[in-house]
Amino acid sequence: MNILDPQGPIAAANKTILIDSVAIMLAIVVPTIVAILAFAYWFRQSNPRARYLPDFAYSGRIELVVWSIPALTIILLGGVAWIGSHELDPAVRVEGTGSPVRIQAVSLDWKWLFIYPDQRVATVNSLTVPVGAPLEFELTSASVWNVFFIPQLGSMIYTMNGMVTRLNLRADNEGDLRGLSAHFSGDGFPSMMFDVHVISPLDFPNWVANTAKTGAVLDADSYRELERQSVETGRRVYRLDNPRLFEYIATQKIPPAPGPTLTTQSAQSYLGK
Amino acid sequence: MLGKLDISAIPIDEPIPLVAGGIVLAIILAVLIWAGVKGYYPYIWREWITSVDHKRIGVMYVLLAMVMLLRGGIDAIMMRAQLAIAFHSDGLFPPQHYNQIFSAHGTIMIFFVGMPFVIGLMNLIVPLQLGVRDVAFPTLNSVGFWLTATGALLVNISLVIGEFARTGWLVFPPLSELTYSPGVGVDYYAWSLEISGIGTLVAGINLVTTVLKLRTRGMTYLRMPMFCWTTLASNLLIIAAFPILTATLTMLILDRYLGFHFFTNEAGGNSMMFMNLIWAWGHPEVYILVLPAFGIFSEVVSTFSSKALFGYRSMVLATMAICIISFMVWLHHFFTMGAGPNVNAVFGIASMIIAVPTGVKIYNWLFTMFGGRIRFDTPMMWAVGFMVTFIIGGLTGVLVAVPPADFLLHNSLFLVAHFHNVIIGAVLFGAFAGYTYWFPKAFGFRLHEGLGKAAFWFTLIGFYVTFVPLYAAGMLGMTRRMQHYDVAEWRPWMIAAGVGTILLTIGVVFQLLQLAVSIRHRDELRDATGDPWDGRSLEWATSSPPPVFNFAVMPNVTGEDAYWTIKSKARQQGLQAREPDYRDIEMPRNSPTGFVCAFFATVMGFALIWHIWWMVILGLVGAFATFVVFAWRDHDEYVIPADEVARIDRANLAERQAAVNAAESPA
Repeated sequence: MNILDPQGPIAAANKTILIDSVAIMLAIVVPTIVAILAFAYWFRQSNPRARYLPDFAYSGRIELVVWSIPALTIILLGGVAWIGSHELDPAVRVEGTGSPVRIQAVSLDWKWLFIYPDQRVATVNSLTVPVGAPLEFELTSASVWNVFFIPQLGSMIYTMNGMVTRLNLRADNEGDLRGLSAHFSGDGFPSMMFDVHVISPLDFPNWVANTAKTGAVLDADSYRELERQSVETGRRVYRLDNPRLFEYIATQKIPPAPGPTLTTQSAQSYLGK
Repeated sequence: MLGKLDISAIPIDEPIPLVAGGIVLAIILAVLIWAGVKGYYPYIWREWITSVDHKRIGVMYVLLAMVMLLRGGIDAIMMRAQLAIAFHSDGLFPPQHYNQIFSAHGTIMIFFVGMPFVIGLMNLIVPLQLGVRDVAFPTLNSVGFWLTATGALLVNISLVIGEFARTGWLVFPPLSELTYSPGVGVDYYAWSLEISGIGTLVAGINLVTTVLKLRTRGMTYLRMPMFCWTTLASNLLIIAAFPILTATLTMLILDRYLGFHFFTNEAGGNSMMFMNLIWAWGHPEVYILVLPAFGIFSEVVSTFSSKALFGYRSMVLATMAICIISFMVWLHHFFTMGAGPNVNAVFGIASMIIAVPTGVKIYNWLFTMFGGRIRFDTPMMWAVGFMVTFIIGGLTGVLVAVPPADFLLHNSLFLVAHFHNVIIGAVLFGAFAGYTYWFPKAFGFRLHEGLGKAAFWFTLIGFYVTFVPLYAAGMLGMTRRMQHYDVAEWRPWMIAAGVGTILLTIGVVFQLLQLAVSIRHRDELRDATGDPWDGRSLEWATSSPPPVFNFAVMPNVTGEDAYWTIKSKARQQGLQAREPDYRDIEMPRNSPTGFVCAFFATVMGFALIWHIWWMVILGLVGAFATFVVFAWRDHDEYVIPADEVARIDRANLAERQAAVNAAESPA
């Protein structure tokens, strides 16, 4: 899950900006730290060779320099931030090979539901995507906030009930990655990690076909069962009944999920339940 | 009769909080009995609890902060122990307990350690530096302190009666709404902060008024010590920001108690609004804490370099720039909410702009050291440690202000490491520097040097050993608030951070040891000169501890570094020969208003948390009646006659003269 080992163009661009920004700042931070330690050491009271300048409390030239150095650094970094924010806007489409794959992610308590509306399949805690294709995510939450984050693919984003956020990613190498929620969402939060399988575009249709064959049906009833709080250990797969399920969740046509609430009974006793 | 409260509120199935609570209760009882046996109650009541002396209140604030630092520190130790162990396992604490620990840790460290520590030091020192006899509103000052203590008390009561919030220290909805957090935890959080928030607000009003209206003769704005400037900036921020916190929590309370829908999922509530509001307070809050620390370091670096502060006016400008810009950057706490590139970029750049005046401050401290004659007493060690550590925290801070970089680091342990880097590296180091620097002023004896240095080194090294691994874990994608994990590459970093926590704990033990040893050896560490560090500002012009009226005669200020100027003149022209013209001094009477008011506020807060409505009314009426009684008072001042002032001052001066002579005569 090393963010310095990106597996897609977004993560790579995020990382480049991160490294560049650190490099720009290190250029002034390192000399400043050295100067602090050097001045502190040289001007120690016990050093007879250090000159004592009790009245040296103002110098227009030094003032000009000390205001300019951080200002210039920030102008440079501000440019990086401005350009970077626009180029890496999560809502902007990513180029890629093959047709884009639409994925609708719903954070449930405490698991992730991934809906493939075009393929009419859905999975829990396991995301399978073809290598090189643009991945167009729409995200929402069934109850409380979470953050959808695959560190090696880059750019995390919030999931919020009643709202849809957008994220565009691409995976460039076949293999297995992991994702997680990056916003605390209750007792089962640490279990919101999910698998990401990046497979060849040739295998992707097979995977879809297999999933559709083996999966149970995801409709309003099975969704209601799924949205109840639980820590998911298996990797359930579904055939999608209605491709507009995500829209119903995001627009609250399906009301917000009842959880998360406390997981221990003892603590609930004084709640009068 | 007792609302939601019944015997099941006591978590008998969770031994850790019960045992901890039992030990604390035993200690409190032991202290109370000891004080009773020794007959200290009348003294404590007269001289401390009802005191409206800004010095006493300042000391009590700092004491509160240090006690709560132990509580928050124990939480931290539990968290790091949990994460060192909870690899593929549940570790030491189940989620419902662990989630309370990290929520309480954040809440306590910010509201009941950071805030009282800096407010205490400002209370203690600012009137002395301004050359005045008290703050603008002495009784209000006492009210502010005791309301802060009320908040701290309520948070700690939650340990044994009910539960604390398990939602993180900023109780984000919808998780904190009644639907998803039906327990009393969020209510403990909200009412504690509503009550202590009012305490903080009145402290802010008081200190701003003091700086603006009560300065001694000749103390123009541009002659004020830097600490007074940062106090002004910090308290202006308190006045502007704390009402936002109060209002935001009020909205959450309305949601939870009366079925409103400000932040709910249903009925048109909008949880994103909570994010905006809480950070519109939360970001200035960071500067409320750190600006006073900057002021302390300005005093310390200048004093121990035996030089005036370099670029004083530049520092004033930088302070006020930070004060204003810090209000315009709150959105950088949620770049990943999907606001769009223009909004993100504007707030990212605004956040970076704060680094400019902050950088200027670093350079000005650097050039204050240049050409100095630096004495490395403990406060100066903290200052140098701060400068290096804070630059690194600043670097990582600017890094997460770049939106595309934040897209990888938001909410990660990298972020956790960043804000501990600045809060420990600047606020806590600053508080410790101010504590060792001004301790002799408050009590008349120094703290033990060797133990202070030991505490410094353990804290500094412990800090790096704890938080560098968290930076690394954040780079490996690890996010905050995880109760357990199964990623093998995170494990070594969690163990390393655990080791660092042991070092930090040893640092805290040394601080406690330092205090205990110093009190035992107070006669050897006695400072009779009132000016142990060869200080530059007016707090060193009076005796240590200062008399209740601070200055027998109000000092007359003719330039920056007021006391340094007086000392230089005295050296050149011989010691002052002329006896000053002593007059009667009017001082405010002690008042139990603050304590009684806070007592009723505690009753009311507790009753609100547990829905005990008759008790709410009792508390409210009690607090209001206290206020009415205070408003009806006939005499609020007493007079110290000129003869008495002269007697005290002559005795102090004679003692100082003897100490100075003893120091100057060759042994």
